[in-house]
Amino acid sequence: MHPANDAGLLSPYRVLDLTDEHGILCSKILADLGADVIQIEPPCGSSARRLGPFYEDEAHPDRSLFWWSYAANKRSITLNLASRDGRALLQRLLPSAHFLIESFPPGHTERLGLGYDALAALNPALIVVSITPFGQDGPYAHYRASDLNGMAMAGFMYVTGDPDRPPARVGVPHFYLHGAAAGATGAMIAHAQRGHTGRGQYVDVSCQEAVARTLASAPQLFAIENTVIRRQGSYRQTGDTTFMRITWPCKDGFVNFQLSGGAGAGRSVNNLIQWMEEEGLGDPVLTGLDWTTLGYGMVTKELLDRVVPPVERFLMSHTKAELFEGAVKRRILLFPVATTRDIMQNTQLQARGYFRQIFHPDLSTTITYPGPFVRASATPLELRRLAPKIGEHNAEIYLGDLGLTREELVRLREAGAI
Amino acid sequence: MRPLAGLKVLDFCWVAVGPMTTSYLAEYGATVVRIESKRRPETLRNAPPFGSQGQSVNRSGYFANYNANKYGMGVNMVHPQAREFVKRLVAWADLVTENFTPATLEDWGLGYEDLCQVKPDIILFSTSMLGRGGPYSQQPGFGAVLASLSGMTGLTGWPDRMPTNPYGAYTDFLVPRFAVPTILAALDYRRRTGRGQHLDMSQLEVALHFMAPLLLDYTLNGRERDRMGNRHPAAAPHGAYPCRGEDRWCTIACQTDTEWEALCQVMGAPSWTQEEGFATLLGRKAHEDELDTLISQWTQGWEAHELMRTLQQTGVPAGVVQTTRDLFDDPQLRHRGHFVFMDHPEVGRHPVQRSEFRLSQAPGEFRHSAPLLGQHTIEVCKEILHMSEDEIAALTEAGVLEE
Repeated sequence: MHPANDAGLLSPYRVLDLTDEHGILCSKILADLGADVIQIEPPCGSSARRLGPFYEDEAHPDRSLFWWSYAANKRSITLNLASRDGRALLQRLLPSAHFLIESFPPGHTERLGLGYDALAALNPALIVVSITPFGQDGPYAHYRASDLNGMAMAGFMYVTGDPDRPPARVGVPHFYLHGAAAGATGAMIAHAQRGHTGRGQYVDVSCQEAVARTLASAPQLFAIENTVIRRQGSYRQTGDTTFMRITWPCKDGFVNFQLSGGAGAGRSVNNLIQWMEEEGLGDPVLTGLDWTTLGYGMVTKELLDRVVPPVERFLMSHTKAELFEGAVKRRILLFPVATTRDIMQNTQLQARGYFRQIFHPDLSTTITYPGPFVRASATPLELRRLAPKIGEHNAEIYLGDLGLTREELVRLREAGAI
Repeated sequence: MRPLAGLKVLDFCWVAVGPMTTSYLAEYGATVVRIESKRRPETLRNAPPFGSQGQSVNRSGYFANYNANKYGMGVNMVHPQAREFVKRLVAWADLVTENFTPATLEDWGLGYEDLCQVKPDIILFSTSMLGRGGPYSQQPGFGAVLASLSGMTGLTGWPDRMPTNPYGAYTDFLVPRFAVPTILAALDYRRRTGRGQHLDMSQLEVALHFMAPLLLDYTLNGRERDRMGNRHPAAAPHGAYPCRGEDRWCTIACQTDTEWEALCQVMGAPSWTQEEGFATLLGRKAHEDELDTLISQWTQGWEAHELMRTLQQTGVPAGVVQTTRDLFDDPQLRHRGHFVFMDHPEVGRHPVQRSEFRLSQAPGEFRHSAPLLGQHTIEVCKEILHMSEDEIAALTEAGVLEE
């Protein structure tokens, strides 16, 4: 046992990441868990660096906030996969690697001679993860998909948005993030099997499938009840004739409150009704019902039409903050529809010390980052290093790890291999 | 050997986020024993669809999607003898999973410290809406709320309308993809060091990793985004366009000149596309309403899938806004076998969504459909805990065990 290996959950493992912006979150999850992740960029820098927003709106490859978010905790080397020397360097890195992640269109790595079989021949224990919109083969494998196309094809847009407008995508591009995070999941399952067999394998992720698994009960509703769920704006359709109300306007913005039956949600609705009565805004139909006795997602449109107006009147008489405070006291499932400002001021996140202040020496300023995605009692996750500059660790890896000479490094750079 | 063969999981998870997390483990070979109670059936057991036989705690197709391969164990956790009984399962387990409101396990005398006394290297995975500690830790809620609290809802929908929640309990299905690698990493760490630990995952804190660049944009540039519908700051056309039939749409997203030129070719290069207002990206962004109207006029006559195929053949990123009906006919999802159909004694034939990756050495495995409430109580007592018939009968009689 090496002491250094005990520092983090995944400290002994090295990940080579060939992905662009589409797969970049996969190795970020592994990096946050402590793995040694080397982001391999083309000599001109990763295309993820071109994604905004940018620090002080300066569209510079070292100032992409997307890059800062998803390349932190990683090292960077440059390597030109189109050149023989570049590919040779990658092959020299393979023996030290435990995972390799890529997000090229299907067939691309094979054409470069870097398909799974070729990689496995050099390192049979290597786990290779491919992240693509639709998977490696099949009729749509070569389809192009932006976030918008992907969310549509996965069924998520049809159920999201206002009924009298076109279907809407989630307002932040998430299609590839789902697939990339799934890549980390598949990688670790493959890693568990490697523990038994000593051998690696190939993990083929489909972002379409990843997003199709975020559809809650909608696929089962079609398969079992022949109900096609449609988008309902501030409502949600839960069955052929059943709905729940989700988003509501209030005095200074919007809140999320699930008006629905069920053990948990029903109790919350009962508690809100009691609050309404205390303020003299009760309603006889609301009060006459025990919402816990209605099944989860079993409320009809007729009932909702009758009970929504009094609830709406009550919510409109309060601010987001008043409603949330009251909800916490009364155990009501109500939360503000947060703006980014609300998130940064969220007292729960502050109390848990979620946000991390990190000093950027080159900008001489301290910057607030989202914190770790888990509290691990024995192995706290940390933001150990800032997102790297292009090829920041070339010397460290090429000279230090691979034992190249400075002369060779200069030669490779001049030849465009790194 | 299955990837997770030998992994023993004592699973207190309920609703969606927890059971989906342990569903990956069950699909790849772990032994997952779910603790439930008839006294308070878990929420998803009473959630539609139920099929033609009507509602019952054993007939939810929603529940069935996340619980295949798991063993169903009925235990009345508020019974005074329940704690001692459950400790026997703790001694068996490598991993305990739960997504209750924090303090629930502690109230049962089964907090992390208690578990450690039974098994010092146990791993406890806890996930809750807002994590442990802090003023709002006890606030209950479902995933739909977290989409709002994490800022996703506020950005989804149209700038001139109320925000619209991403469908369903959106974050419930995002969190497991952070939870499973974390759990498996903790198991690897334990194998290397002998140390277990408590993993405390706030679902809000996970969800914010899907929002990170926008949070930095606010803290560094002071910018708060508004809803943009389907638009993109640096691409046009970028939207869902109407097609033939009722509520049929195809998305088109042109992010490069080449893609725009290819679209113009498919449209038959109408003269408006050559006008100054549409020839460049900046021009199209400045006239985007008009652009969308012109493209909509053209797409209206097309069948949505035919339009997608035609556009994709010429290199234009396009995708049909698929309904759930379409998903079951989708040739790509069929090719990958996304929906696995299982026979359940009460739900009947129903689809389970398999994990979204294919492992070359370990196909996902679906041995048995989701358990009936208490279906495996006796089996677990006998096979896993090696209890005698008398012992089982006594605990059943006492009301600790539920069949």
